[in-house]
Amino acid sequence: MASVTFDHISKRFGEMVAVNDLNIQVADKEFLVLVGPSGCGKTTALRCLAGLEEITGGQILIGERVVNDVAPKDRDIAMVFQSYALYPHLSVYDNMAFGLKLRKVPKDEIKRRVNEAADILGIQDLLGRKPRQLSGGQRQRVAVGRAIVREPKVFLFDEPLSNLDAKLRVQMRAEISKLHQRLQTTFIYVTHDQVEAMTMASRIAVINKGILQQIDTPQNLYDMPSNLFVAGFIGSPAMNFFPARLRKDGGTLLIDSGDFVLRIPAEHAKAYETHAGRDVVFGIRPENIHDADFVPSNIRAEKIEAKVDVTELMGNEIFLYLVTGKNTSVARVDPRSKVQIGNKSQFAFDMDKFHIFDAETEQAIR
Amino acid sequence: MTTETIPISKANLSPIRRFLRWFFVRARGDSPFKTILIHAVLIMASIIAVYPVLRVVTISLRPNDTLLTTDLRIIPQNATLDNYKEVLFGAPDKNRKSDFFLWIWNSISVVTVTSIVSMILAAVSAYAFSRFKFPGRSAGLVFLLTTQMIPAGMLLLPLFIMLAQLKMINTSLGLIIAYSVSSVPLTIWTLKGYYDTIPVDLEEAALIDGASRYTTFTKIILPLSTPALAIAFLFSFMGGWSEYLVARVVLQRNDTFTWPLGIFTYAQQFTVSWGQFSAASVLIAIPVMILFLYSSKWLISGLTLGSVKG
Repeated sequence: MASVTFDHISKRFGEMVAVNDLNIQVADKEFLVLVGPSGCGKTTALRCLAGLEEITGGQILIGERVVNDVAPKDRDIAMVFQSYALYPHLSVYDNMAFGLKLRKVPKDEIKRRVNEAADILGIQDLLGRKPRQLSGGQRQRVAVGRAIVREPKVFLFDEPLSNLDAKLRVQMRAEISKLHQRLQTTFIYVTHDQVEAMTMASRIAVINKGILQQIDTPQNLYDMPSNLFVAGFIGSPAMNFFPARLRKDGGTLLIDSGDFVLRIPAEHAKAYETHAGRDVVFGIRPENIHDADFVPSNIRAEKIEAKVDVTELMGNEIFLYLVTGKNTSVARVDPRSKVQIGNKSQFAFDMDKFHIFDAETEQAIR
Repeated sequence: MTTETIPISKANLSPIRRFLRWFFVRARGDSPFKTILIHAVLIMASIIAVYPVLRVVTISLRPNDTLLTTDLRIIPQNATLDNYKEVLFGAPDKNRKSDFFLWIWNSISVVTVTSIVSMILAAVSAYAFSRFKFPGRSAGLVFLLTTQMIPAGMLLLPLFIMLAQLKMINTSLGLIIAYSVSSVPLTIWTLKGYYDTIPVDLEEAALIDGASRYTTFTKIILPLSTPALAIAFLFSFMGGWSEYLVARVVLQRNDTFTWPLGIFTYAQQFTVSWGQFSAASVLIAIPVMILFLYSSKWLISGLTLGSVKG
């Protein structure tokens, strides 16, 4: 068990900067998820930590120890690969025992640990099989098992669920979370799937183009994204954005998108006053747009008119694709909603749950 | 409405039609004309390949007094195994002893050592070419390929001079070096192609699991490369087994001869013992055939190595 520190880490491949001045402190026993679109540098960061890539600048610490020049095998980490990377010529048992044998752990101890891990993962009856005789989900478990038996200080996961089907992915997600609770070890998990990040992490680091965008708890990332990228990346369907101008009319601050005008409630207005008269991006999540006929009583609603382009019934809710002037947006509305495709309808924005970003810097204004 | 295919019971067909059905079904639905053409060509090719071998067998079975007959029977009249006896055990009555087993032993030892040496050299250097980036990597690979384009005859003189200066003429070691030099480059290419198909993830997993580069190579890469290693071994074995030209230059003393040189001693200045020559050829072909049959599984999978990702 150990903390992990990325201290001003940079990694360049020739001209290409994969990781740019990354600073992250991962606490002991924390479950940190690195998330971002493909090619954003999250996997490179993980590989630097594993020692599979040499860093171009900065320091990586595991616990108190600087590991920049330490070989992967001496970093006391275990890694689960996207491809599982099981040794095809070895049985499941030998796959799991491989690292322990290399470390000259006594045979009894190897047997005990492998059996214990197999128990945890429910793969007792697969120990004699070769990887090619296993299904994707079973291979995944073996790969995790191989990491567990090592009892490392830090577990690294590189998109381990990407090759599984949707149902299995949900199941394994829960199992990895349980595993973290059980092992009480530091987990660092890379994924491009924000749902995985939201459901499993104690903290999420959002990375884009090699730069750390924001690191916080899942709820805080969702509620208070620090910039446009994070706001758009976290949440599904994504947050709706409307280019707009902040305008002052008498004592009231208004959001003017050109197609609609919204009044900002007085108690929220203070943060935005300095930006009055400037271009901003107005952001609101789909669940904060309501069908005007089914507006919850406790919210402060501002009504707008929009044309319904597409409706998607999900059973417990309906996704509406709305068109307002040149902007499109998505609303998650009450399933009783009676709006019709092609018609114009009234919708209500919850004016306690919106975000405003500087159009130029793309940073959230607070 | 659904259409159903009506199964034709095999029992209703005459044997000839049943054969034709079997024949064309096996031919994957190609047109009858194409199937017949393909088979005609294959049968011709087989005859062309097999006929000379059959002649050799025939000659080896002929008594010495009918060697030059124009008889075309495969098993000749008065067939005898005398030629085989003489090749294997000599002719004590004519005071001739046989060196056959010595030649075979020389061949086997030279070729086996060559194959093992070139496999070891190629296995490690192919790994470097496959996994590491170093200056001269691609130039080196091209260079290795270029060496294969120089005909063996051109190399004979320099090879002889070098081996003579190293005092390796008439030694097995000289021949082993000469053979290894020619088989290593191709083996490197074969193995590199195979290593390239092994995912790097496996090695990285092993590195994290606690392996060094060397352990990764021996415990992960080599066991996974068995088919490629087998084919590499086989190719260099075959290459050396029936080699004559280089051996002729390097080996000049009778007791160092490999079998291709050995059987030429049956061809003397004025007479050629074709019967014994043929008998020896047949005997030599047998172990190679066994090796081929035994390894055909790897041979077929090995030939497609690198083209299909594993």
